Amino acid sequence: MSDFRTPLARVRGLGSAKSGTGHFIAQRVSAIALVVLMPLFLVKLAKNTGAGYEAATAWIGSPFGAILTLLAMTAALYHMRLGLQTVIEDYISKTGTKAALLILNTFVAAGLWIAVLYSVLALAR
Amino acid sequence: MAPNSSRPLSPHVQIWRWHPTMASSILHRATGIANYLGAVLVSVWLVLLASGPEAYGVWQDVKAGPLGILVTLALIGFTFSVVYHLLNGLRHLAWDIGLGLDAKGSNLRSLLIIGGSVVITAIIWIIGKGVI
Repeated sequence: MSDFRTPLARVRGLGSAKSGTGHFIAQRVSAIALVVLMPLFLVKLAKNTGAGYEAATAWIGSPFGAILTLLAMTAALYHMRLGLQTVIEDYISKTGTKAALLILNTFVAAGLWIAVLYSVLALAR
Repeated sequence: MAPNSSRPLSPHVQIWRWHPTMASSILHRATGIANYLGAVLVSVWLVLLASGPEAYGVWQDVKAGPLGILVTLALIGFTFSVVYHLLNGLRHLAWDIGLGLDAKGSNLRSLLIIGGSVVITAIIWIIGKGVI
């Protein structure tokens, strides 16, 4: 079977819609990161933030707490944007509605990410 | 693609007899969307925390108030959602490298993952009760 794709296109790893394979891989790589990060983050979060405001700010502001929170939330927001994008593309066939929801999905993920970044860094000591 | 009513459609969900892999596939999407909402909650919580004791008091008041039971139920649901999505996500990664693709085994593992997630969620909330 002959390959009509240029060597450059093949190296970039992009599919016919120009980003399919890249999306697939990014979804998996972020999933692998989350398998480790999310249980650790949620257990530590539940353990260290139940005792009130002081305890919660102290843990989120600590080097371990801040770095773990940023890693876990960054991977989570990235992964969930890719995931919901697939859900929207699967179920919404109307072009305008689909485009609007895809844009909204990106804005929500990006907005939450900046909010999380700011909040954690503001508490970091 | 624009919807075209003259084209034949593949059978939709209500035509199929429910089976475990179908249920676990749909549940994977549903829990993914639930986790999205959970991440919004965690983000809002972080912003409240960074905004100072007064803003954080809003969260504490809601938790301690009459709506507190709803918060607890939401957190229990979020726990199940994360546990299920993680376990089934591991299975997706196994499928990606060609493992566990047989129909019979997949059905069994679907039931094990759904049941296991319920059990793990219960254990987390019974052992860790009161910490959140």
